[in-house]
Amino acid sequence: MIIGLQHYLVVSAALFSLGVLGVLTRRNAVNVLMGIELILNSANVNLVAFSRFGAGNLQGQMFAVFVIVIAAAEVAVALAIILTLYRLRHTPNLDDADILRG
Amino acid sequence: MTGEAITFYVFATVTVASAAIVVLARSLIYSAFALLFTFFGVAGLYVLLGADFLAATQLLVYVGGILVLLLFGVMLTHKLYDLDLRSEVTQFLPGLIVSAGLFAVLVLTFNKTQWAAGPGRPPAATTAEIGRLFMGQYILPFEAASVLLLVALMGAAMIVRRRKEA
Repeated sequence: MIIGLQHYLVVSAALFSLGVLGVLTRRNAVNVLMGIELILNSANVNLVAFSRFGAGNLQGQMFAVFVIVIAAAEVAVALAIILTLYRLRHTPNLDDADILRG
Repeated sequence: MTGEAITFYVFATVTVASAAIVVLARSLIYSAFALLFTFFGVAGLYVLLGADFLAATQLLVYVGGILVLLLFGVMLTHKLYDLDLRSEVTQFLPGLIVSAGLFAVLVLTFNKTQWAAGPGRPPAATTAEIGRLFMGQYILPFEAASVLLLVALMGAAMIVRRRKEA
């Protein structure tokens, strides 16, 4: 049995769906962030799989490196926002973040 | 079943099962530690796909950086004596329906699409070539990413800083 492109695509689809489930159903902001990380990882698995089975160059892997860079920046900024929110509202729940002023 | 297939299924199972734990666990700490195994599983898949540099980067950046940051987030947004770090779940059934539908549509599309099958890239060491691409064809995105990281991290530090007069 040969492991081909489809196998990796199904794994990444499962990761993506689980990430979406986490983003949709969790109230805690840190947990929503974990769902977003799952989604970014699923995109990366896709990119690397196409790089392996596609045109035979490294473009997919280069793109995945940039996705990892963006993910690092995104987590840093998002955690800063969550900590500030927690300092203001004393809750990490996103439902309670319903004000527009500080 | 070849060794590659067995390895693939092991890594795929670890990845998807621990991702399910991340999403479904009651406790935030359980979610964070399950995320560790998801990242390891994805790194294993990268190795199977012949992306050795990317697998190492995944471990360094995700496990060493992002996961630690997320754990900081868990610890700092809960009082330390608050032992059950529960994460409430809201609207579970609609979310489950949406994500299951999404999964079904994606898998159906993947199976029906005739992908333009290229020659493929046999597994070989990628680090030297990635370095050459970064310094050659991808020099502009590389510099832009470095500036973006600098700005984002400085901005994050500015946002969380306590203001004296406020």
